Amino acid sequence: MAIKGYIRERFFPHIWCPGCGHGIVLNSLLRAIDKLGMSKNEIVVVSGIGCSSRISGYVDFHTLHTLHGRALAFATGVKMSLPELNVIVPMGDGDALAIGGNHFIHSARRNIDMTAIVMNNRIYGMTGGQYSPLSGYGTLATTAPYTNIDNAFDTVELATAAGASFVARSTTYHVQQLTKILKQAILHEGFSVVEVLSQCPTYFGRKNRKGTAADMMEYYKNNTTPVGSTAKKENPDLIERGVFVEKEMPEYCKEYDKIIERAMKESS
Amino acid sequence: MAKPKLKAHVINREWCKGCGICVHFCPKNVLELDEEDKVVAARREDCICCKMCELRCPDLAIEIETE
Ligand SMILES: Cc1ncc(C[n+]2csc(CCOP(=O)(O)OP(=O)(O)O)c2C)c(N)n1
Ligand code: SF4
Ligand code: SF4
Ligand code: SF4
Repeated sequence: MAIKGYIRERFFPHIWCPGCGHGIVLNSLLRAIDKLGMSKNEIVVVSGIGCSSRISGYVDFHTLHTLHGRALAFATGVKMSLPELNVIVPMGDGDALAIGGNHFIHSARRNIDMTAIVMNNRIYGMTGGQYSPLSGYGTLATTAPYTNIDNAFDTVELATAAGASFVARSTTYHVQQLTKILKQAILHEGFSVVEVLSQCPTYFGRKNRKGTAADMMEYYKNNTTPVGSTAKKENPDLIERGVFVEKEMPEYCKEYDKIIERAMKESS
Repeated sequence: MAKPKLKAHVINREWCKGCGICVHFCPKNVLELDEEDKVVAARREDCICCKMCELRCPDLAIEIETE
């Protein structure tokens, strides 16, 4: 199917600003699903609230547009009741790691089979450019006019420490890698985290004088390196991208089935 | 594999927001924004059908049709 077959064309052109990276994440996700040859009926996209979360309205799968920060909680309910479905949870950095941070670490710890996509633009886009836990020290935001003094989380390290069994990072510049990683993440059995560096030219870009959307993507091109590269040793400031963790671990729904079985045996 | 031959740049002018991402990253400088800030294939004969414009468009507004 051409990727247009996977969208709700009636809602296009979408609401995202010109050059918003979230549109590229959508583009790449559709291609990953198309390459996997999945049918629309076997996919559920669950999102919270934010510019990024609007993605669930645009895709023609089963979709839930829920509450800010709570997408993973709703997704857990869907997955536990219908584990045969592929659950994909795109989130903003605020959505996933500020208000939703607790759901994030505990979903990772449980290793429930779903794909969490963190669309990291380092800012609250939807509400006008407040800093997020991923903005980082020294950045400017509506709520940090004299520069932000909060350090940023490293999504990859956080997800890894919390126990996610698949952890990866890519950017909106590296679309071919991104599509490949999304495919792997969707196929992976367990909690998969894919962080995507995604530009918000309107708020993060403007506040921090990062130029146009294309300039911000040039930044991703010039300041990232494949994981484990020698370039990283020479320049520790480079951001690594690629797959950081991919391991087999007991999956939550499968383990829960075993508990049901055990309980049924003991009660019969 | 034979080189893909270009049929057309299919541009959806209603969806294109003129962000310039495709223009900036086209390796052959094929694309331009017109006076309405919509993308056009100004030098279509230079296109190598790499599809990077299509893959990076945030608005799903440009497609490369090959023969
Ligand atoms: C419970 C609750 N608190 C706050 C908000 C207001 N709110 C809406 S979106 C958002 C943050 C959006 O930032 P992010 O999640 O990073 O996504 P982006 O818009 O940048 O894609 C906030 C604080 C809300 N809708 N609900
Ligand atoms: S405000 Fe930022 S994140 Fe929201 S649509 Fe615009 S560019 Fe995208
Ligand atoms: S990338 Fe897409 S929206 Fe941006 S100028 Fe090109 S066709 Fe238009
Ligand atoms: S297919 Fe490649 S060469 Fe052709 S217009 Fe698009 S980016 Fe340029």
